[in-house]
Amino acid sequence: MSRADVCVVACAEAFRGDGEILAAGIGGAVTVLGARLARLTFEPDLLTHDGGCLLTGDVPPLDGAPEVVEGWLPFREHLWLVLNGRRHVMLGASQIDRFGNTNISCIGDWARPRAQLLGVRGAPGNTRCDPTSYWIPRHSPRVFVPRVDMVSGLGTDRGAYELRRVVTDLAVLDFGGPDATMRLVSVHPGVSVADVVAATGFELDVPADVPRTRLPTQEELRLLDEVLDPRGLRGREVPERAA
Amino acid sequence: MSKVMTAEEVAGRIRSGMTVGIGGWGSRRKPMALVRALLRTPVRDLTIVSYGGPDVGMLCAAGRVRRVVAPFVTLDSIPLEPHFRRARQSGAVEFTEYDEGMFMFGLLAAAHRLPFLPTRAGLGSDVLRIDPRLRTVRSPYEDGEELVAVPALAMDVALVHLNRADRRGNAQYLGPDPYFDDLYAKAATHAYVSCERLVDTADLLKEGPVQSLLISRSMVAGVVEAPGGAGFTACEPDYGRDEQAQRRYAETPWEEFDRGADGGADGGADGQAS
Repeated sequence: MSRADVCVVACAEAFRGDGEILAAGIGGAVTVLGARLARLTFEPDLLTHDGGCLLTGDVPPLDGAPEVVEGWLPFREHLWLVLNGRRHVMLGASQIDRFGNTNISCIGDWARPRAQLLGVRGAPGNTRCDPTSYWIPRHSPRVFVPRVDMVSGLGTDRGAYELRRVVTDLAVLDFGGPDATMRLVSVHPGVSVADVVAATGFELDVPADVPRTRLPTQEELRLLDEVLDPRGLRGREVPERAA
Repeated sequence: MSKVMTAEEVAGRIRSGMTVGIGGWGSRRKPMALVRALLRTPVRDLTIVSYGGPDVGMLCAAGRVRRVVAPFVTLDSIPLEPHFRRARQSGAVEFTEYDEGMFMFGLLAAAHRLPFLPTRAGLGSDVLRIDPRLRTVRSPYEDGEELVAVPALAMDVALVHLNRADRRGNAQYLGPDPYFDDLYAKAATHAYVSCERLVDTADLLKEGPVQSLLISRSMVAGVVEAPGGAGFTACEPDYGRDEQAQRRYAETPWEEFDRGADGGADGGADGQAS
C-alpha cells in the first residue's frame, strides 16, 4: 500500500453519498481514480466520464477507453450541468486559503501577473453551483496561503455552494472549523499533525483528537492494481517525501 | 452560390482593431490554417474571443492582439500556453477573464442578439473585481436573486474549422464534440469556415447523421478547403493532436518557429495522416 493508494481512497470518500450525479474528477489522475473507485465500490449509482465527452457505461482503466458508453457530455453539456448542479467536481488549486477560496488564474497582481497560470476556467461557476472538493498533491505553505491572489473558486465566505473536502498528500481536511474555516479531519499514515500544521500557511483548526485516514481495503487495492491503474500512474502524482 | 475562397482571402477581410472569435477549445479543432493566414497579414490590435489554445498563443506571440477574452488559454497536454503567458507577464495584452459558463452565456447572448444573459457563474469570484464593467441584475420575479449579466460576446468575424462543408457553407462536425462553433458563427457579423474536405451537399449525410450538420450556410460568409487545417491541434476523427509538433511550438522561440525552419508556421498541413 502506497501513499498514493491512501490518497485515491480519500478522494473516493469525497463522493460517498452522492448517488446518481456526475463524479467529475478533473484535478489529475488521483481524482479520476477516486471517482471511478467510488463507483466500483460503495457508490455504484455515480456517473463517471472518460475525460472527453463520453459518460461511460463501464468503468475503464485510467488510460483506457470504455467498452460501453451510456451518454454524451460535450463541453456545452458540461457547462449546462455545472449550472444544473447534479455534479460533484474534484478540482486542483495552485493556492487555497482557510475559507477554501482557490486560485488557478495567476500568481501576483492580476493586472500584470508574475506567473500567468490557466485562467479561472470553470472554477467560479463550479463552486457557486455544485458540491466541490479539492485534490492538492503537494501540501505546502506555497499552496495553503493566507490570501489567494485571484479568487477563482469560491470559499465558504464568498458563497460557495458546498465545499466537501480537501485531500492532500498529507491529510484530509474539511470546512468544519470556526466560521466555516478549514479543519483537519485526518492525517495519512506516517504523517503527524505537526507535519500538516507546518505545511499550512494559515491557522488551521485542529481538533483535540485527529484520527488516521482510512486505509484502503484489500478489495480497493485489488481494483486499483488490477483494474483501474495497473501501470501505477497514480504514484507519479504523489511526491516522495522524507519520512 | 459558391462561397469557396482561400485562407488568404479570408485573412484579407480582417481589419486591424476587429473582434475575432475563434472556435474549437484549447488545443482542439482550432482553425489554424486561417490563423496562420492571418499572421501573414499586417493586421494588429485584434480582440480575440476564444476558449483559448495555440490560436491565442500565436497571435499574441506575433504581436497582433490588443485584448484576449477567454476563460483559459491552454494546450491541453501542455497545461500552460507559453506564448500567452509571456504576453500576460510582459503586459503586452489586455485580458478579459470570464468563467467558462459565463463565456458560453456571452456567446449565447450574441447568437440570440440579446444584450446579455444572466447566470450564477462568476458571482462571488474575482472575475467581477477585475472587470468593473461587469454588472449584475436582479431577478424581477419573487426570488429577487442577484445574477451576473454577461454581456453579449458579439464579434466582427468568426473563424471555425470543421470536418466537412459544402461549397455554400453548410458545415459538419464528425468528432465527438461540436465545441461552440455554431455559436461563434451565429455571434459573428461574418463567419468563415475552413474544413478538412469540401463535399457535395448531397454527400454530407454519407459520413454523419443530420445532427452533425452544425452550421447552416445562412450563417457563413466564406468556406475554405484546408486539409490538415486544424493541425497541430486535434481534429477528430480525421486526426489527433500532433503532440510532437505542439511540443516544438511550445519550446521554440516564436521568431524561430515562425520562420518555419522546421515546417513552422506554414507547416500546418503536414504530418496529419494519423
